[in-house]
Amino acid sequence: MKRVNAVVIGAGAAGGIVAKELACAGLSVVLLERGRWNTAADCRKDDLRNQRTTVLGNAFGPEEEGNPRVWVDARGQANTALPNEGAYQNNAACVGGGTLSYGAQAWRYMPQDFRMRSTYGAPAGSSLEDWPISYDDLEPFYDKAEWEIGVSGDYSGTPFKGPRRRDLPMPPLPPGKEFGILEPAARRLGLHPFHIPMARNSIPYNGRGPCMRCRWCVGFACEVDAKNGSQNTVIPVALNTGNCELRTGCMVKEILADERGRARGVSYFDDRGQLQEQPADVVVVSGCAVESARLLLNSKSNLFPNGLGNRYDQVGRHFQGHHYTGAVGYFDFETYDDIGPGATIAISDYNHGTPGLCGGGMLANEFIRLPIHMVDRMPPGTARWGLAHKQAMRQWHKQSIVIMGPTQQIPTAAGRVTVDPAAKDKWGIPVARFEGNSHPHTFEIGDKQAQRAEAWLKEAGAIHTSQMTHKTEIVSAGQHQAGTCRMGNDPHGSVVNRFCQVHDVDNLFVIDSSVHVTNGGFNPVLTIMAIAYYASDALVRTWKGTGLRS
Amino acid sequence: MQTRDKSGSVSRRQFVAAGVIGGAVLASGCKTAGNADWEFFTPGEARTLAAICDQIIPADDFPSASQAGVVNYIDRQLARFYRPHRDAYREGLQKAQKLSRGSHSKELEALAAEQQLQMAFLIEKEQAEFFEMVRRHTFEGYYGSPRHGGNRDAVSWRMLGLSEPPLLGRAQYDLRKADRK
Repeated sequence: MKRVNAVVIGAGAAGGIVAKELACAGLSVVLLERGRWNTAADCRKDDLRNQRTTVLGNAFGPEEEGNPRVWVDARGQANTALPNEGAYQNNAACVGGGTLSYGAQAWRYMPQDFRMRSTYGAPAGSSLEDWPISYDDLEPFYDKAEWEIGVSGDYSGTPFKGPRRRDLPMPPLPPGKEFGILEPAARRLGLHPFHIPMARNSIPYNGRGPCMRCRWCVGFACEVDAKNGSQNTVIPVALNTGNCELRTGCMVKEILADERGRARGVSYFDDRGQLQEQPADVVVVSGCAVESARLLLNSKSNLFPNGLGNRYDQVGRHFQGHHYTGAVGYFDFETYDDIGPGATIAISDYNHGTPGLCGGGMLANEFIRLPIHMVDRMPPGTARWGLAHKQAMRQWHKQSIVIMGPTQQIPTAAGRVTVDPAAKDKWGIPVARFEGNSHPHTFEIGDKQAQRAEAWLKEAGAIHTSQMTHKTEIVSAGQHQAGTCRMGNDPHGSVVNRFCQVHDVDNLFVIDSSVHVTNGGFNPVLTIMAIAYYASDALVRTWKGTGLRS
Repeated sequence: MQTRDKSGSVSRRQFVAAGVIGGAVLASGCKTAGNADWEFFTPGEARTLAAICDQIIPADDFPSASQAGVVNYIDRQLARFYRPHRDAYREGLQKAQKLSRGSHSKELEALAAEQQLQMAFLIEKEQAEFFEMVRRHTFEGYYGSPRHGGNRDAVSWRMLGLSEPPLLGRAQYDLRKADRK
């Protein structure tokens, strides 16, 4: 196959941006995606089969058959996980990746999120660490992501944020009923509520119209294309340059290394199952934390017997996501207005600064709920089934509010992605295996966050409340998965350098959430996007025609 | 794709799908637990399951689980996504019948409503895993999307007071008054 300047693996949040930035800089790019490109006809609103409620499977991949993973439980027992199960830690497999169907909360991390170890010290047994880059390094690229992808919202209500050069390009969507109930309550508690930043059009932007405020948002593709992902922003721009070719249905088997220890391209199964080789000057891995780590570990050769980038056994470690906790409040008046996306109001008062806790997280009201989401969220003491349960659904479905948030996980070196010695996918490639857990302090922070959510609901007038807390057996990574190819200055303790370049393979990059040293107390996507712009910028600046300037 | 069942009529699957598209008028003609040609269940199994599902979601002024098509939902999925649960259903229903005959000398579906409720508690206790699976699938069928055979005519959504068909494209709030604090 014809050699190209760059092959980018994965057309998600990061891969789409990298492809666009490189193609616009004049590099020839092949963008490989294992899933397909969905169309408007795939936007069906199925409460049981979408990317969030997966009881009948994932709407946007991967398919249930032929894509297993393995997870090791607390007793050390290995179990198979299927894509519709929580333990699978699925994100998505399609053009756009998670951004086709996400809720689209587009947060900047706070400056402290980049120096967690300096701020708190590392709890014993944790691998809490500082990033080698700062909020200030990323700020221009956060800005670029907000304007190129398109973010609505308004941070002006909160003092808990990093400095920013300008406002978001779009105002927030008009507030719904829950905002009106929760906002004064938060103020009475001395908190600083504000409008959630969302990669969603509130006004016409980028050639597409605004949100039509339907009930089916997070987990679904947007029927009116008002949700901004890589599939409707950067990827079309990349293709329009004429420098980028997108190949869907292509599963990369391994990254190929030459005898000098440099990447020379990839081998992949095309959409007809044929093994192909794509030679390239530069290889960029953007498969998201689980699949990127798996691919590096599966790319073995004489020079790299344990996989690429894995000379010091770092690939796959510090696996993390978010620990979600919160509370449900039940009111003696209607709280439900049937206006999507539902999540409108947040506080970041509790992300940092609580004595005794290493961080915290943002709290926000939940996305608009579908009835199926509420069946096990009735007030404490409600029967789990029967007439009383049915009547509770009728009484409370429109009289409840859910507040929750992503507690920043404290990573461990033992919480990791490896490759299973036995299980293979339908292409015969060894599959990802999950071992270990987050640091136990994570759960203490999560419990505190649940109490805070409950207090907010009580102040807002809830007559019953119940906390949502739990302790997981494995790392809860899911769609917020991160951390498996840590960014750092020390090759013994990280996989990539501050420019997302693998330490000992200078033409191999990992650009996605894998490089997150810690994952903030916020939804990670805007940071993934900012890093993609930042790392692409560095790559383009060192590009010298057919290779990188050393 | 048009397929015909043995009797030559449009298959139940298509009929249910048509009901969803056509709304209330067609939906009322959908087959119920008593006379459907099932994809997986025997008619007897379907009746037994209906008895259990109808304790999980009984009728009040809104339909019960089976009246809303929950048994159809489960049956369809056992031929599709829930294929791996086939044995659990077959064996679980047999055990439930055994429990019923043991304590009341009657088939579960032949018991009076009050006795069926008692039996549901007993099944929950004696066959915890099976009951939990049925409970979960019943809720999916009743509160999930009508396209899968349950929640017939979106009846549970109407029960909860949700607009059906949904109203889309509303601007209920004035953008100019957006809270910009």
